[in-house]
Amino acid sequence: MNLSQALLNQDRLALSRTLTHVENNSEEGRKVLSEIFPYTGKAHLIGITGAPGTGKSTLVNQLALYYRREKDHRVAVLAVDPSSPFTGGAVLGDRVRMRDLSGDPNVFIRSMASRGSLGGLAQSTSAMVQVFDAAGFDIILVETVGAGQAEVDIAKLAYTTLVVEAPGLGDDIQAIKAGILEIADILVINKADRPGVENTERALKGMLELAHPTPRVFQHHGRQMVVEAPEKDDEQENFWFTEVKRTVAKDGTGINELGKAIEKHVRFLRESNEWDKQTRIQLQSTFDSLLRETLFARFLDELSQEAYEEIMSKILKREISPWGAVEELLG
Amino acid sequence: MVEGNIRVLVAKPGLDGHDRGAKVVARALRDAGMEVIYTGLRQTPEMIAEAALQEDVDVVGISILSGAHMALVPRILELMKTNGQEDVKLFLGGIIPDEDIVQLKEMGVSGIYGPGASTEDIVAQIRKDVLKRA
Ligand SMILES: Nc1nc2c(ncn2[C@@H]2O[C@H](COP(=O)(O)OP(=O)(O)OP(=O)(O)O)[C@@H](O)[C@H]2O)c(=O)[nH]1
Ligand SMILES: [Mg+2]
Repeated sequence: MNLSQALLNQDRLALSRTLTHVENNSEEGRKVLSEIFPYTGKAHLIGITGAPGTGKSTLVNQLALYYRREKDHRVAVLAVDPSSPFTGGAVLGDRVRMRDLSGDPNVFIRSMASRGSLGGLAQSTSAMVQVFDAAGFDIILVETVGAGQAEVDIAKLAYTTLVVEAPGLGDDIQAIKAGILEIADILVINKADRPGVENTERALKGMLELAHPTPRVFQHHGRQMVVEAPEKDDEQENFWFTEVKRTVAKDGTGINELGKAIEKHVRFLRESNEWDKQTRIQLQSTFDSLLRETLFARFLDELSQEAYEEIMSKILKREISPWGAVEELLG
Repeated sequence: MVEGNIRVLVAKPGLDGHDRGAKVVARALRDAGMEVIYTGLRQTPEMIAEAALQEDVDVVGISILSGAHMALVPRILELMKTNGQEDVKLFLGGIIPDEDIVQLKEMGVSGIYGPGASTEDIVAQIRKDVLKRA
């Protein structure tokens, strides 16, 4: 039996091997992605992001338990941690907080290092998600750390994005600085057992009011199109206002309410057609970036090394600009 | 697996002690450019084999201070074999008596490291194991 078939039959070793191939962007990986594509498009992708140590992994553990207990959904977790920029190595420690999930054949946890691939992280994340989707997982939880461009890009792929904050993280200014609140569909204030939750919640709600409503920007034929946000009282049903939920991930307090808020968001996405728009954003960004990559590689193949070096040295001597050079080559 | 980075699971089975040694090894492997999946304390053989499978690691490293290695290691190897991961190498850290070392090596344990072992040796052995596997 080939790898794709075994994967579709929910064989766990085949799933794990496929994830490795896809992560390494190997030829086998691309072949499987292509073969399984007709079987994708069912899973609900949920992104969980936030500053280090806010309790994302602990929350993922609780959410996975929730979906197992309340919905009997099959749950996949993809936990992404940064690679060391110096050695390329990484310590991936998110599983430490997910031990409650072990022994359940309907849960699959995979850790992934960011491998410093510029912009590529969102692409490889999206490919990994396709593999889980084809393997029949209903819910895919993707944990990422921080508030960099990579997290924002991954959030753009998710149907629902949770931003996790915690009281007393030397404070709430960080959140605005990073602009991370804007990507939150649901803002989770975790560690609600800690002192200072009220202040944190008040500060965050204040910032949300400033931030909203945000215009939605999406790609249209590779160009950015801005759709104006509605006024708060017209077309309300077509606009999602970020929900704020408190949790104590350590003991599960607030998880059922968070789960319900996620379901409400899914209903909104379905009823407002946003789900389909989001799907289009995902697939279009995959298609566009593959197209870009392939065209670039093909062009370099055709151009001789000498011709490339020659024009590059002209650029270095400032005899021609990079813009002029491209025009000369393609014009 | 020549493509991609070397992936290593580092786990601490049993109820004993601390995971300082395991953490030192995890960091050394990271500094050698490997991707280390760290699972923390009190892992059962089932949890270790399950994590090795889900993470598709090339190598599994475990630290055992309790003296329970002759019970834990064969169980982990057996579970990994059942999962189709008989080609994944296992290495072991801890204080292991000489007579057990012989037996453990016969079972297929690729490296056994006492308290004084250098992390460079561990890195070198893992690189060798992974080359053989490819
Ligand atoms: N008091 C309290 N502590 C919590 C809560 N949730 C998580 N923690 C603790 O916060 C610490 C960090 O939790 P993680 O789940 O590892 O946080 P994380 O955001 O995944 O961390 P990184 O992946 O390293 O960014 C751990 O010691 C948790 O036990 C909570 O609700 N209340
Ligand atoms: Mg984490």
